[in-house]
Amino acid sequence: MTEEARTVTLTINGQQITAKKGATILQAATEAGIYIPTLCYYQPLTPYGGCRLCIVEVEGMKGFPTSCTTPAAEGMAVSTDTPAIQELRRNVLELILSEHPYFCVTCDRREYCEQFRGQVQKTRMVVGCHTCPENGRCELQKLADYIGIGEISLPYTPREVPVLRDSPFFDRDYNLCILCGRCVRVCQELRGVGAIAFTYRGSHALVGTAFGRSLEDSGCQFCGACVDACPTGALVEKTAKWLGVPERSETTTCPHCSIGCQLELQVKAGKVINSIPALSGINQGQACVKGRFGIAQFVHHPARLASPLIKRDDILQEATWDEASQLIADRLPEYRGEQFALLSSATNTNEDSYIAQKFARVVMNTNNIDNSASFYQTPLLNGLIRRLGSGIIASSIGEIENAACIVTINGSVASVQPIAELKIKKAVSKGAKLIVISPFKVELCRFADSWLQNSPGSEVALFLGMMQVIISEDLVEQAFVDKYCENFNGLKESLAELKPDFVEKTTGVSWHQIVEAARCYATTKPASIIYPLGSIPLTYELDSVFAICDLAMLTGNVGKPSSGVNLLGMLNNAQGVYDVGASPYLYPGCQPVSEMRQKFEAAWSCKLPSMPGLAVTKVFDAIDKGQVKALYIFGQDALLMAMCSRYKDLLSKLEFLVVQDVFLSDTAYLAHVVLPAASFAEQDGTFTNTEHRIQPVRKIIEPINYARPGWWIGCQIAQKMHASGFDFSQSSEVMNEIGNFIPQYRNADDGHFGMPTRGREKAGDKAKFMPIDYEEATEAVDSQYPLILMAQPSLYCFYASVDVQSKMAGFSRLCDRELLEISSADAVKLGISDGDEVRIVSRHGESIAKAKVTKNVLCGTVCLKFHFIDSLFRLTVDRDVVTEPFEIKLCAVRVGKVQ
Amino acid sequence: MESNENDIGDILTCHKKRRESLIPILQKIQDKLGYITRGTVSEVAEYLNISESEVFGVASFYTGIHLTPRGEYSVKVCEGTACHVRAGERILDEVERKLGIKHDEITRDGKFSLERVACFGSCALAPVMVVNKDVYGHMTVSRVVEILRKYR
Repeated sequence: MTEEARTVTLTINGQQITAKKGATILQAATEAGIYIPTLCYYQPLTPYGGCRLCIVEVEGMKGFPTSCTTPAAEGMAVSTDTPAIQELRRNVLELILSEHPYFCVTCDRREYCEQFRGQVQKTRMVVGCHTCPENGRCELQKLADYIGIGEISLPYTPREVPVLRDSPFFDRDYNLCILCGRCVRVCQELRGVGAIAFTYRGSHALVGTAFGRSLEDSGCQFCGACVDACPTGALVEKTAKWLGVPERSETTTCPHCSIGCQLELQVKAGKVINSIPALSGINQGQACVKGRFGIAQFVHHPARLASPLIKRDDILQEATWDEASQLIADRLPEYRGEQFALLSSATNTNEDSYIAQKFARVVMNTNNIDNSASFYQTPLLNGLIRRLGSGIIASSIGEIENAACIVTINGSVASVQPIAELKIKKAVSKGAKLIVISPFKVELCRFADSWLQNSPGSEVALFLGMMQVIISEDLVEQAFVDKYCENFNGLKESLAELKPDFVEKTTGVSWHQIVEAARCYATTKPASIIYPLGSIPLTYELDSVFAICDLAMLTGNVGKPSSGVNLLGMLNNAQGVYDVGASPYLYPGCQPVSEMRQKFEAAWSCKLPSMPGLAVTKVFDAIDKGQVKALYIFGQDALLMAMCSRYKDLLSKLEFLVVQDVFLSDTAYLAHVVLPAASFAEQDGTFTNTEHRIQPVRKIIEPINYARPGWWIGCQIAQKMHASGFDFSQSSEVMNEIGNFIPQYRNADDGHFGMPTRGREKAGDKAKFMPIDYEEATEAVDSQYPLILMAQPSLYCFYASVDVQSKMAGFSRLCDRELLEISSADAVKLGISDGDEVRIVSRHGESIAKAKVTKNVLCGTVCLKFHFIDSLFRLTVDRDVVTEPFEIKLCAVRVGKVQ
Repeated sequence: MESNENDIGDILTCHKKRRESLIPILQKIQDKLGYITRGTVSEVAEYLNISESEVFGVASFYTGIHLTPRGEYSVKVCEGTACHVRAGERILDEVERKLGIKHDEITRDGKFSLERVACFGSCALAPVMVVNKDVYGHMTVSRVVEILRKYR
């Protein structure tokens, strides 16, 4: 197509402009910098044409068409601001304003008022702009200024409805609503939720929920998209409500999950007051509840550590950085080598984790360095590399929406990576087939063509069944298999023995459904498998991943856009922490310790230990045996903390414990030195998201009190220990050094992909199918423990301690304590009703929770939120045994009411 | 009323799982149960894969769809232009007095409910009152008692 065929030329207000074909007049004008007032128009949504403010005149066209819905055509002559149009707009706006308190819009002393804040009551009614939280940010004010509204001739007819404060995060004051419908449309069209709708009619019309229920009961996920869309003060976040217009805002990367949404942090008086999803980045103007409402609170959390603490006379006392780092530098040398271990959190920046591993290797001369994500991620990474030739993810998050078929495993993507869920919904709206494999009913089931409700832990059998169907019905993409895979016949033989009855019995899913799903997956291409890590019990996870990979390879869904096996990580930097070498087996750039020692010895000019170090679980074992005597916890997250609290007795055996963290945690009380780390908003650096995109983290405010970035702390101590190679003054210098080892991390600031993301073609050898034996559950139910407990993540929980969670306004209410979801059939049988306190007893321990009777779980299954990791550990791991791997997501339990 | 909830399964299954089915489904449910119960809203939403708020939004938009129980006999008094001109309001007042309820309410025994309606399209008979499907034209205040008595 030629350039002309793709564009149209038209004149707006006498100015000749070119626009893309198919663009509306409004888009063409906006592109050319010509302002047309709008209210109901919201860029990410399909045009609505409701408010009539964007009317224009087009030569030869009758009446006043709305520019948001009229396509720009060749040779059109458009006027946007003739007196006639302005008069009409004035009338329209007056009508809108007659139901909205309008003195904040029309008052001629507004500017004076803003300057001196003199009068609240400016007219006979108290409706001053100071009583509106949106003052200064309100689109109505801007519109009225443009159109020029003076006195309004229509009487003000207030709705006088009570302000709805039921949402934990924002208030709904429908007295200020102008019914533009942006919130309703954004909720239905963009988020696919539909928690709110227009209710009633005429003068009674109002945005609301079914029977006026709370948002929580209407399926709202509190993503805040409606608040962002609202042009008035009708929807305003509670925490930032009266904080006014921010002084500045800067874009950074969200630290709450592995997607890494771009957020604009708004700052006022040196504090982060709000976070708004940025239009750039993978999230494209959308966020989830944690990114939208959980940033400012997180950064300015009351549990933030303010200064270094040193334990003196068994009490942690404030100290200076000099004292603290000197003490560490004095104590650590005696533990050099195998007696020292360092654990880095997968929430740290790449720079932090790089310094952490360099500190362990160069200064402490040990490979006892691991990260918290390794607990569930290392075996998978290895598995993926073995099967597909490269680790983690096969296509980008953005590509998901172009897939023709999506299989999502254990719908927890909605609670762990909500933005990825959004892409799935988008794909479905574009006509993609969706297959949900999940023991629990999740939001996505509503969008699914097929929902396979399997019993927990039976996923492998299900995948094997699907593979058998694909092979026996000859749906294999033979060309791909021949070219890239080996041992197809071995797989074929092993699957021939698989009986449909067995699969049905094991999974609880009808064979018919499995056949349908297999056919759908094999014949609808490109097909993508979305697998949020940690959604299958650890015991089966590796086999599941193998089976999924085999499924993808059989159907040729590997290495092509919008296909592949998409493993989504849990913690924000679970990918980066490996890349930069915070692993006992790998140097930066995932280079094996066993092979690449000389290279790194030369680079760091020191002797390095030759043996791989201890993995995180082995570290606890070694502490128990007295082999490890000093531990440095370099940043914390929930998983690490849970392990620490489970093995509290072990930690107290340590001769020297350093805990570096953003918050004061239970573990910190056991430490000899506690170091306050800066939060993500107080330092420059990078996070690597689950699709290997290296994204910048910006220093938006000064570190709170004496908190410092992790890499700075590591360097400080190293320098005190007279080590060389730690004289970094900025995080970018650290990044430069990382770039020496990992070429993909050079110039990483611009958010590009760090690692090759396509698998198969790049790997030299062929992928090998390996028959998988289905293993019977280790945690079998019996008469004593008749129920299977499975852990599910929650949307409202942070990867932080319960204490941190409980002080996050809103979140604490939605996820205030342990909820045990139980099917109504089981509840009746056990005499449990909704809200009862129940005792959960497993073979390993017990815990207390509140029962929630729901239709979402199968009979025989109960579900606990994964984030209450403490109780999961109590239920699943024997206290006195430190083994690996430990299964924390599945166990057989009995449940009884607490009398 | 609530015990009938399970019965809407048949109604649902004879409609396609598409948004367009919403209004016909709501009408059928109302024919069967008299009004749209809370339980049915969630059942319909689940069947059509739309949110309950959307179902409620549509149901509350139409005055012909009721979200509260109706009486055994639904009395409708017209307040349209023609009826208004011919003092339909007085008929309404009289019905309200005789039944002891206001419009949009239901008598305690569940026998009568009362609505004011904009127009029945039979303006020649103004003022008009309708009880279930019986139409009473050229209404007068004095006829209200005898008509209501028929249904007692």
